[in-house]
Amino acid sequence: MTMAEGDLAVTELAFVRRSTIAPRPPPATMTGALGWLRENLLSSAFNIVLTILIVLLLAWAIPEIVKFLVVDAVWTGNDREACLESVQHREIGACWPFVWERLPYFIYGSYPIPERWRVDVFFVMLAVGVVWLLWLNAPRRDLGAIYFFLILPVTSFILLTGWSTIGLRPVDTVLWGGVLVTIVVAAVGIVFSLPLGILLALGRRSHMPTVRVLSVMFIEFVRGVPLITVLFMASVMLPLFIPEQWSPDKLVRALVGIALFASAYMAEVVRAGLQAIPKGQYEGAMAIGLRYWQIMRLVILPQALRVTIPNIVNTYIGLFKDTTLVFIVGIFDLLRTIEIARIDPKWATPVTSTTGYAVAAIFYLIFCYGMSRYARAMEERLTKGDRR
Amino acid sequence: MNDRSEHHGSLLKPAKLKTAVAVELAELNKWYGDFHVLRDINLKVMGGERVVICGPSGSGKSTMIRCMNRLEEHQSGRIFIDGVELTADLKKIDEVRREVGMVFQHFNLFPHLTVLENCALAPIWVRKMPKKQAEEVALHYLKRVKIPEQTNKYPNQLSGGQQQRVAIARALCMNPKIMLFDEPTSALDPEMVKEVLDTMVELAHDGMTMLVVTHEMGFARQVANRIVFMDEGQIVEANAPEEFFAHPQHERTKLFLSQILH
Repeated sequence: MTMAEGDLAVTELAFVRRSTIAPRPPPATMTGALGWLRENLLSSAFNIVLTILIVLLLAWAIPEIVKFLVVDAVWTGNDREACLESVQHREIGACWPFVWERLPYFIYGSYPIPERWRVDVFFVMLAVGVVWLLWLNAPRRDLGAIYFFLILPVTSFILLTGWSTIGLRPVDTVLWGGVLVTIVVAAVGIVFSLPLGILLALGRRSHMPTVRVLSVMFIEFVRGVPLITVLFMASVMLPLFIPEQWSPDKLVRALVGIALFASAYMAEVVRAGLQAIPKGQYEGAMAIGLRYWQIMRLVILPQALRVTIPNIVNTYIGLFKDTTLVFIVGIFDLLRTIEIARIDPKWATPVTSTTGYAVAAIFYLIFCYGMSRYARAMEERLTKGDRR
Repeated sequence: MNDRSEHHGSLLKPAKLKTAVAVELAELNKWYGDFHVLRDINLKVMGGERVVICGPSGSGKSTMIRCMNRLEEHQSGRIFIDGVELTADLKKIDEVRREVGMVFQHFNLFPHLTVLENCALAPIWVRKMPKKQAEEVALHYLKRVKIPEQTNKYPNQLSGGQQQRVAIARALCMNPKIMLFDEPTSALDPEMVKEVLDTMVELAHDGMTMLVVTHEMGFARQVANRIVFMDEGQIVEANAPEEFFAHPQHERTKLFLSQILH
């Protein structure tokens, strides 16, 4: 091949770099607060409009909330007089003395006052168990699991319901209320719904027709009726069919109803995860000689649950809030105790209800946001584990 | 072998077949719905024999070897693996799967476990071996397939060729008497094929009984005792490699060979 003169001239230009270019810092528009703003809030016209709208919304809402909860709030007082409009107080915010006075009721319901230390002990034991189990670097997590799933339920049961032989006065569950009930119902629902849901999901995908049909029937039936119906069935209808002396406690019936209800939803969540696992995983596991339950426990479920963590937590958050429905069958959860307290004539003011509901909102927000944050952290940790 | 080998030596020394015939298929038939995938298959593979199975896609080669550890059910005929007949009996299926290793086209490694955990899983749960010894067994076979220092990585951090060699090591950790390979190099980039084939050649030299579904005719020529050609669910021709390549008997075989050997 011959080369034209022009080509020769090109070859003389130094296209070959002989030294390495030292890395330079990125332009200022990419880094720092300014870069972040450009990247995240002002990247396009639509984004800019959204940013402005949200800033306006926050500018409107946050001062109002702060004003009600803090600035205009009443902090001291003994009865409704303190929270009424007066010459000094034109605008009245949250009525905190009301919450302060009724706080024990919100927490314990009608649990007998001399026995309330038992509830406190339960809260502490539960907190220890939850931290032990959820903190992934905690020491002896195997003991933590035994504590949480075996020791904690038994001791809490004895502690809360009482046992006269060891000197704990029996306390009827009718007297339980407030945060205690909300926590107990949510904890039982959360702890039981996942294993039951997994079993139902596996049943639904089973090759055995009877198992499959029963699972499908249960899941579809429970998903087809509202939770309120399940609770009514459990508390009103069930006693009609069962002799009175055999009929379990009202709270227990509601607990069973909620756990079964949540497990049907959990089953569908888990099934979605199971369907995401390729067939090759089953075949690989079968070929090395693992049996069905080993395959599920060691190979399939760890992968399936991992991809469904966001959905599992979503179901948990829904469940946590659905626990308020137990008030329909006469169980006094947190919301119900607030409902009762807010119509107490002693504290009847225009702001009492709003204050009470604000307390409920803050309580649920803290718990649900906590669950959501924990799930996020867990997801990040797991994706770090098997970087792809 | 180290000084602790007496504890798990049984998984490190080559396993011996109980009978002379490793695999026997007699009048095997299988249908997918109405589709007759395997038609009157008769095949006898002796211990230590290396059989390469080839044929056009859809000819039933994969289905046939998947029947040999009951990943697929057969509807009629009989299958004997080292003297054990495969039926719906779960005990027999477990027994066969413990002794037969399988390597898949898409590796089927467990992505949530490290390379070492992938390999130690079956010795721990199927052979009921203590974790530490199972990991020694795993390391032994990982060394053998030349996966150096990758044991704590996750499968998706490895190249395709490395993943397939881990899959081979995982199967070897159960110290199988028979190894089944279902198109082990078909999903690999061309430059990775050789490292996997080399591993398989070594395995063949160690005397492993092997059934390999593959289109790698070089490999077939090099290690196979026999090449089985399948078409439309039937074994059309089975012959020693020299005869098979030099004098194919059937028109269908000639056509197939002309297509893949260009």
